[in-house]
Amino acid sequence: MAIPENKLAFDGGWEYAPAPESTDHIAVKKRYGLFIDGDFVAPEKGRYFDTINPANEEKLSRVAVASQSDVDKAVKAARKAYAGPWSRMKPKERGKYIYRIARMMQERAREFAVIESLDGGKPIRESRDVDIPLAAAHFFYYAGWADKLEYAFPGRTAKALGVAGQVIPWNFPLLMASWKIAPALACGNTVVLKPAETTPLTALKLAEVIADAGLPDGVVNIITGAGDTGAAIVTHPGVDKVAFTGSTNVGRIIQRALAGTNKKYTLELGGKAANIIFADAAIDQAVEGIVNGIFFNQGHVCCAGSRLFVQESVADEVIEKLKDRMETLIVGDPLDKNTDIGAINSRMQLEKIESYLKIGQSEGGTMHQSSCAMPDKGYWCRPTIFTGVSQSSRVVQEEIFGPVLAIQTFRTYNEALSKANNTPYGLSGGVWTDKGSKIFKMTQGIRAGVVWANTFNKFDPTSPFGGYKESGVGREGGLHGLGAYVKLEA
Amino acid sequence: MATAAKRLPVAKTYKIFIGGKFPRTESGRYFALEDRKGAVIANMCRGSRKDFRNSVVAARQAQAAWAGASAYLRGQILYRIAEMLEGRKEQFIAELVLQGNTRRAAEKEVDESIDRLIYYAGWADKYQQLFSAVNPVSSSHFNFSVLEPTGVVAMIAPNDSGLIGLVSNIAPIIVGGNTCVVLASEEQPLCAVSFAEVLQASDVPAGVVNILTGFRSELTEQFASHMDVNAVVYCDGGKKAARTIQTLAAENIKRVVGRQRVNWMLDDAASPYEIRDTQEVKTTWHPIGT
Amino acid sequence: MPDLSRVPSVDEVGVNERVARFQSRSIKKASKVEALKMILSMIDLTTLEGQDTPGKVRQLCQKAIHLHDAMPGLPHVAAVCVYPMMVGVAKEALQGHDINIASVATAFPSGMSSREVKLDDTRMAVDAGANEIDMVISRGAFLAGEYAFVFDEIMAVKEACGDAHLKVILETGELGTLDRVRRASVLAMHAGADFIKTSTGKIQPAATLQVTLVMLQAIKDYYYETGRMVGMKPAGGISNAKLAVHYLVMLRETLGNAWMTPEWFRFGASSLANDALMQLMKQSTGVYQSADYFSKD
Repeated sequence: MAIPENKLAFDGGWEYAPAPESTDHIAVKKRYGLFIDGDFVAPEKGRYFDTINPANEEKLSRVAVASQSDVDKAVKAARKAYAGPWSRMKPKERGKYIYRIARMMQERAREFAVIESLDGGKPIRESRDVDIPLAAAHFFYYAGWADKLEYAFPGRTAKALGVAGQVIPWNFPLLMASWKIAPALACGNTVVLKPAETTPLTALKLAEVIADAGLPDGVVNIITGAGDTGAAIVTHPGVDKVAFTGSTNVGRIIQRALAGTNKKYTLELGGKAANIIFADAAIDQAVEGIVNGIFFNQGHVCCAGSRLFVQESVADEVIEKLKDRMETLIVGDPLDKNTDIGAINSRMQLEKIESYLKIGQSEGGTMHQSSCAMPDKGYWCRPTIFTGVSQSSRVVQEEIFGPVLAIQTFRTYNEALSKANNTPYGLSGGVWTDKGSKIFKMTQGIRAGVVWANTFNKFDPTSPFGGYKESGVGREGGLHGLGAYVKLEA
Repeated sequence: MATAAKRLPVAKTYKIFIGGKFPRTESGRYFALEDRKGAVIANMCRGSRKDFRNSVVAARQAQAAWAGASAYLRGQILYRIAEMLEGRKEQFIAELVLQGNTRRAAEKEVDESIDRLIYYAGWADKYQQLFSAVNPVSSSHFNFSVLEPTGVVAMIAPNDSGLIGLVSNIAPIIVGGNTCVVLASEEQPLCAVSFAEVLQASDVPAGVVNILTGFRSELTEQFASHMDVNAVVYCDGGKKAARTIQTLAAENIKRVVGRQRVNWMLDDAASPYEIRDTQEVKTTWHPIGT
Repeated sequence: MPDLSRVPSVDEVGVNERVARFQSRSIKKASKVEALKMILSMIDLTTLEGQDTPGKVRQLCQKAIHLHDAMPGLPHVAAVCVYPMMVGVAKEALQGHDINIASVATAFPSGMSSREVKLDDTRMAVDAGANEIDMVISRGAFLAGEYAFVFDEIMAVKEACGDAHLKVILETGELGTLDRVRRASVLAMHAGADFIKTSTGKIQPAATLQVTLVMLQAIKDYYYETGRMVGMKPAGGISNAKLAVHYLVMLRETLGNAWMTPEWFRFGASSLANDALMQLMKQSTGVYQSADYFSKD
């Protein structure tokens, strides 16, 4: 199909009026302490920092900085709870506590969703329809495993590891907390978790739910802070297992720090996934898959489909349709129910993305952005695509973590496979074709932990997630996700 | 001081549960349930083969949609049944006591029944992971085996249990996507009818569970011989009953599951294998190539 | 005859997901009022019953002209849609009003008749005064793979229409898969359809958001290929304004502004009008309405 001269008109005409989600029912405290041993306590050094709304740069609350001594306190509380009530509790009772947490998350879902969008910048439609339901579902799923571990590992008895130290990122704050806490508890461990410094609020809300659920003191401890706090948790001698989701650079540092210790660890790191569209794909749905793959959650997704490979014979058509579709994406106030693309999480992240936009252009790439209006305050980035780039371009090789797609063409499936795998990363990949046998050929060949065929960015608590190569080690979710939180005895 | 007149309680009529509703038996017959002292507790419906036939129709109609519901949803519904039962504990304890159990035993039985529902709720989105397989065939094919529900299951609940035996058999059948027709205990049928009320309050779609009260002597053959029933599960009756059921079931190659002499109060009375007993295995092949 | 082997396939799950996104759009305040008025202006007020009489049709036309006089500033509906036998009655009743007269034709709804009968049916409707013809494709022939036959038939009916504009009803509920809906859309447009329409409204399922999306995407591809705009009409099963607004959202985000007029988009519905009126009244008064206050003609 040739590039059309008759373009469709997507601006003006009938526009959607603002449809703000109401915030009058939510409760955010002016200041939060550290949730240690069942209570919110003041940080020992008395230091706090602001958490702001990236859509308007306004302060939402102040949260504590956990220093080394606070981390010590939290680990100690977790150890006491582990040695005491938690490991002595019948597994089915443990499971019922986790069910309670899941239930309460469902009951308070709307409040969680609004706070998530305020704190992190993601559209309310995403937090409401994706993040929060999935987070509750993870607790439901793992609650059920608590008294069934004897079936999960043939020929082995599963025992808890002890205290898990967990550090999570800012892109799916509550969901990442669920991915970490639920399996840890199900397997009988206790937890010290640090949410990301730009998105602490829903984790602190979760702490309130955990307290309301009557979970014994110290089973889950949630402490806030930045890189230092995270390092203190991860290297603490009282922590038996480390779980980290974040950048590959930090993952490398952590793995190095754990060398020589006996700590078990799982790392879920960065990615630069290839999304591969064949000429025989269901083209319109594939275009939607591209959009879901890179613009969903502002591209702040480790498994984002940030490299598009489109078969040359349909490249023009796909790119034109993609540009049309980009014009209908609404960038705006995360609390507006019609917003598709929210705010970039922080000034720092926005600057990083903008630097890549410059790099991409200076490398000779052609940049195209949608023409949507953007608010003046806050951190925003329009959906962006680069054509005229190749495997050697930095925008193709490096993880940008924003709504920026690098597009290349390919001719044969071998070429697509080879280029898809030609990266230190290996978290995810996508294949679009109507031909079943080709799906399996490609999924067999892509070296990544999650492969999506004719879909993208689909998550489920029963479905294992994790990377090959520098995208990390270990799996979260599903039966396979239990392994990280147990030691197996004969 | 004048004494207040004693208030007359309103006695419950125990009906049967078919297609999400509570009809009386179409036969109009009943049997009197008596307590240890011979006093009549209630008139129970003496279910007929037509009631059973109607139940199978309802179960069959509901089965495809129930099997098509996501595992997550089925788990949520079972969890809800547990919540509803927890809320009605006292009613069930009272019925068990009426039927001859001690209060202490009744409390334990109801607690265990609630926990058992939660146990099976937790399997809904997991048993598939345990029992499925991707098979490494030697040709260039992607080959996978999954479990699928067998369809409509006829279940004869244990006679010697008022609640735990009933729940321990309904849960694994329906969590796997089957629908069922249940014959309640003849000695302790009250909780089965009240449990139907709990099911109705729990978002369980109409027809997924159908519960009849009546005589084993009249209904066992029906349960075992109906040609549109895919599996029969029986929990009591001894060798003779087992043989009768097995013989009649052979007519349409029903899957036959015998669970006699089980102590339903024990933890090992519940396992994912109870779910697997009413599941089929489907293996699919697809080429891997360009 | 277009090359049907080049028509892209359609992934049903992907379509369902896109449709869900349209349904989660929140259309409020001024944009809702604008949408409701657009909906009214896009309705083909329809009566297609075996029991239709001149009296019934006159009442329908009356409603078309006087949607709800109590509310000033309302647009009128786009058209009235009737059987060929009733076109004359409608023409007289709508004298002097700028409302189109659409007629079904070609042995509606089954289409199970000969070429001559179908063309006669068409000509009779046009002669009686219809300026829009809603024809049905031969589904049996389509499902049997006789694409050339279906194509020729549409071309012949288009010719018999003369100046009247032609809507081609695919009867998506009988086509079975979205792939077939896409293919039938392509066939109809290349054969000269001015509009492609989902359903006769006589079987279930009638119009759905899913088939409509597939048809809109086909229209887009055709427009890019040829520069010719083709209109779209979902018919049957759209009885409430909320759903109709979802359709408008889908139209807006798939084809853009140029299609957002009655010239290029219609709703085949009858009870939709009153629901849209009730919603409009609710928007202006702030209170939920009762059907008792809106005429049922």
